[in-house]
Amino acid sequence: MTAETAKRQAFVPELLGRSDYAIIGEIVEPNTKVLDLGCGEGELLQWLAENKGVDARGVEISGVKVQRAIARGVSVYQGDIDEGLADYPSSAFDYVILSQTLQQTHRPLKVVREMLRVGRRVIVAFPNFGHWAVRLSMLVGGGAPKTKLFPYNWYDSPNIHFLTVRDFEALVRVERLVVERRYFLAGRRKVWLLPNLLAEVAVYLLSGSAG
Amino acid sequence: MLRTQKALWYDEKILRMMVEANCVRFDSLLLDNGATLAPVDVAYETYGELNAKKNNAILILHAFSGDAHAAGIGHDGGKPGWWDNCIGPGKAFDTSRYFIICSNILGGCRGTTGPPSLNPATGCPYAMSFPVITIADMVRLQTMLIDWFGIERLLAVSGGSMGGMQALEWAVAYPERVVSAIPIACTTRHSAQQIAFNEVGRQAIMADPDWNNGDYYGSKPPARGLAVARMIGHITYMSDDSMREKFGRRLRGKQTFGFDFDVDFEVESYLRYRGSEFVNRFDANSYLYITKAMDYFDLSNRQGSLATAFAATQARFLVISFSSDWLYPSYQSQEIVRALRTRNRDVAYVELPSNYGHDAFLVDVAEQTDLIRGFLASTFDKVQ
Repeated sequence: MTAETAKRQAFVPELLGRSDYAIIGEIVEPNTKVLDLGCGEGELLQWLAENKGVDARGVEISGVKVQRAIARGVSVYQGDIDEGLADYPSSAFDYVILSQTLQQTHRPLKVVREMLRVGRRVIVAFPNFGHWAVRLSMLVGGGAPKTKLFPYNWYDSPNIHFLTVRDFEALVRVERLVVERRYFLAGRRKVWLLPNLLAEVAVYLLSGSAG
Repeated sequence: MLRTQKALWYDEKILRMMVEANCVRFDSLLLDNGATLAPVDVAYETYGELNAKKNNAILILHAFSGDAHAAGIGHDGGKPGWWDNCIGPGKAFDTSRYFIICSNILGGCRGTTGPPSLNPATGCPYAMSFPVITIADMVRLQTMLIDWFGIERLLAVSGGSMGGMQALEWAVAYPERVVSAIPIACTTRHSAQQIAFNEVGRQAIMADPDWNNGDYYGSKPPARGLAVARMIGHITYMSDDSMREKFGRRLRGKQTFGFDFDVDFEVESYLRYRGSEFVNRFDANSYLYITKAMDYFDLSNRQGSLATAFAATQARFLVISFSSDWLYPSYQSQEIVRALRTRNRDVAYVELPSNYGHDAFLVDVAEQTDLIRGFLASTFDKVQ
């Protein structure tokens, strides 16, 4: 790595212990309406509500997590992302966020299309299955990859659709989506070169179809 | 109009909230069926203090057989209120922060005007001449009580079962007066099954010869019919699991079957006890009128669809259901949530795991407490 590329690798501050949250926190504009899919215990939504004055809503499948989110004062409903968006009117939100959950949905394409229907903009963050450590794990070990990003055994993994940065770019082209911004992260560093090989997490800010 | 002054204090010795029943009389109330009821008494209790901005008031709505005594220790009898585990200092409805009001419903028999009340025109109890009332009528009377307090907007309306129906009615019919609504274990309309259980209860009462077409005041009330109605009710409030846990097949005070039709099983003894106890505190005609009001309730009916009904709402919603509640199953709460989502309303929803069936909202309150406390705190922040 040259001195010049090292300089370009800016560090991303962590938000609630996660660098993708920091980027999402930066992207979301104040006083907007935000829906977070797979919002867990609502930490990100609570942060956005308190720091950006957003109208924060969430969907989460785990009842225990929903309880904790509601107890924090965040409006979360217990439901399935794959089914749950159908009820919303179009353009109901300024942002629909899907953070590290796309690979866990049953029908990712349907979810992405639905997100773009109910949100003016969509923020998708996903772990990159093309990262070199994943490739190496499979190449050397010969088994289903187990890495820091994908720590599960194949039989108990919540991840059911594995995708790489390259795969997502292909989807963007096929679906004619508009990428407003894209971020690639390795730990807390921004990745500028070879994101499909070097990025652990990718964050995309998308808006509707280019037609 | 005021008969008694509000009184509330804490008894230091027993550290319980001591409360006093109050009553206010209104000149008249126009009903959905076109009739006018005059005058109308409303029995109520309050807990906590109304703040200067009058923006910390919460209306608690009781279920079918409840009353205005929701919390604290009453001066008569000393029994804790029906939601005492949820209302009080530091509890889900925190009386150190909020001003809590609970009133007996229209058609009830616990202080508010209902079938056992005297009809001023005749000097006799209304009995079956009492007009058929609706959930909307009950809520209209509650708005008069809230007006009387000088409260413009309620921070929250909340209740379980029929109390939840009233909370929904509030949010739909008086959208500008409700900041948030917490309907628990309820529905926007009764299913055939729910109407069926109510009808069996009504038939049990009306089949009792002592019912005498509702004219039993001053003589023997239809105690057997009312007790049977209540026994059926209690079965629907529990779950298969909670009944197994509570009674199983255990025998009551005997080692072997009696080979007669006295009480053999614990569960029989329990139901008989519940039935006979209910007769002492509830009026059979009130049972008929209130169950009918529940059966008539249909939020979607008035506006064509549920989504249309919710179009006018402005409130935040917290909808709660319980996993083992088969009387008001979770799918009915989910219908509320889905209709609110089509209107992009602010709605939180969770199905809480519980074995207690429909009774869970009254007895299994630990998890409810965290939810309601957090929801109310964030709602209260928004109105500051």
